[in-house]
Amino acid sequence: MKISLDELIFNIKNLKIGQKILLSGIVYTARDAAHRRIIDLLDSGNKSKIPFDLNNSAIYYCGPTATSPGKIVGSCGPTTSSRMDIFTPRLLKEGVKILIGKGDRSKEVQRSIKENSAIYFVATGGVAALISKSITKADLIAFEDLGPEAVYKFEIKDMPVIVAIDSNGNNIF
Amino acid sequence: MRNIKSKTITEIVESLCVDTNFCLPCDVLSSLKQRILCEEGIAKDILKEIVENADIARSEKLPLCQDTGTANFFVKLGKDVYIEDGNIYDAINKGISLGYKNNYLRKSIVCDPLDRKNTQDNTPANIYIDIISGDKIEISFLAKGGGSENASALKMLVPSYSWDGVKRFILDVVDNARNACPPLIVGVGIGGDFSSVGLLAKKTLLREIGSKNISPIYEEKEKELLEDINKLNIGPMGLHGKTTVLAVFIETKPTHIASLPVAVSIQCHSCRKQTVIL
Repeated sequence: MKISLDELIFNIKNLKIGQKILLSGIVYTARDAAHRRIIDLLDSGNKSKIPFDLNNSAIYYCGPTATSPGKIVGSCGPTTSSRMDIFTPRLLKEGVKILIGKGDRSKEVQRSIKENSAIYFVATGGVAALISKSITKADLIAFEDLGPEAVYKFEIKDMPVIVAIDSNGNNIF
Repeated sequence: MRNIKSKTITEIVESLCVDTNFCLPCDVLSSLKQRILCEEGIAKDILKEIVENADIARSEKLPLCQDTGTANFFVKLGKDVYIEDGNIYDAINKGISLGYKNNYLRKSIVCDPLDRKNTQDNTPANIYIDIISGDKIEISFLAKGGGSENASALKMLVPSYSWDGVKRFILDVVDNARNACPPLIVGVGIGGDFSSVGLLAKKTLLREIGSKNISPIYEEKEKELLEDINKLNIGPMGLHGKTTVLAVFIETKPTHIASLPVAVSIQCHSCRKQTVIL
């Protein structure tokens, strides 16, 4: 099933665990170090300095390889989501709706996904060359000093994902 | 004495960075293709994606995985080799630096584990050298991702645990490695001491899938573990199925009368390894 992220925000409740989806729209990459900085900005009352609007946003746990000449982006598969578990409930409270990564999440994240009517998708780990074909545009938008952990804005087209935790808190793992 | 220029080693390491990160080894690929036939549904689809990814990476010169890993080098250095114009550690690190920078591979190493500033060139590599007889150098490269490394574990068991206790520990580690991109390759080290058993486990990951253990006893134990783990229903990417591991490799060494050290080195399906002999 093909879904655009803009539509998905209004139809999150309709998706169930195990469904295979081809996602299109805007996602922002963030992994360990970027999460730490975003949380620090929230804690220090500098929400306006967060590089993208968290409300209804989609976060992709990914640290791509460098982009070689002539390519849109490097290899860019998902990283292990559970490392971000400690930060995720806070971000969901701030309005993040869509999470994309790989592997199971903590009970707290599962509960928070349900409470905030959000959704967690998994993409296949270690198929980063294949996934790079779904990225139609990539812009480095913040934290350039973090290298592979910088925040990129990706436009994705038909990225293959599976619903892993749905908005009712059901978990495929 | 045979002279080898350090520049030669650097050039070989640089080209290893490319080949290893873009091309999935034949044994891994054929094992994955076989396992496609055993699976259905999501598990089958995931295995097909992994095989398709290997095709794209090779043909388009893209890294197989965005985590191009920590550079692990296992070197067998002939005692009759003299390295000109430098030493082998610097030669390898220079090759990694050039290989990762020139080929747009990800630089995933931070200087300090707490301060966490990126070294910008994926150095330093982990370099393990064994001195052997002869005048050749064998260099094996294992580009190992952080996710599977994080799922690895070591425990100092005591002799009374015997094989049953060792096996329970291995199964526990694999059970906790669901997020480490299964199907996995599991390297097990048993014996030695705290500092050597981890290396023993990691080194086994260089073994070819389908190769037999030189010990018939441990060959049987590898089979036993492979079957039991694949019954856990963890499956590709932890989304259930019959393929949790592609191979289990065990290596042992002598140990103290009071000790039974066990290390389990978890390797994700993107098992990027290559060996060259100079």
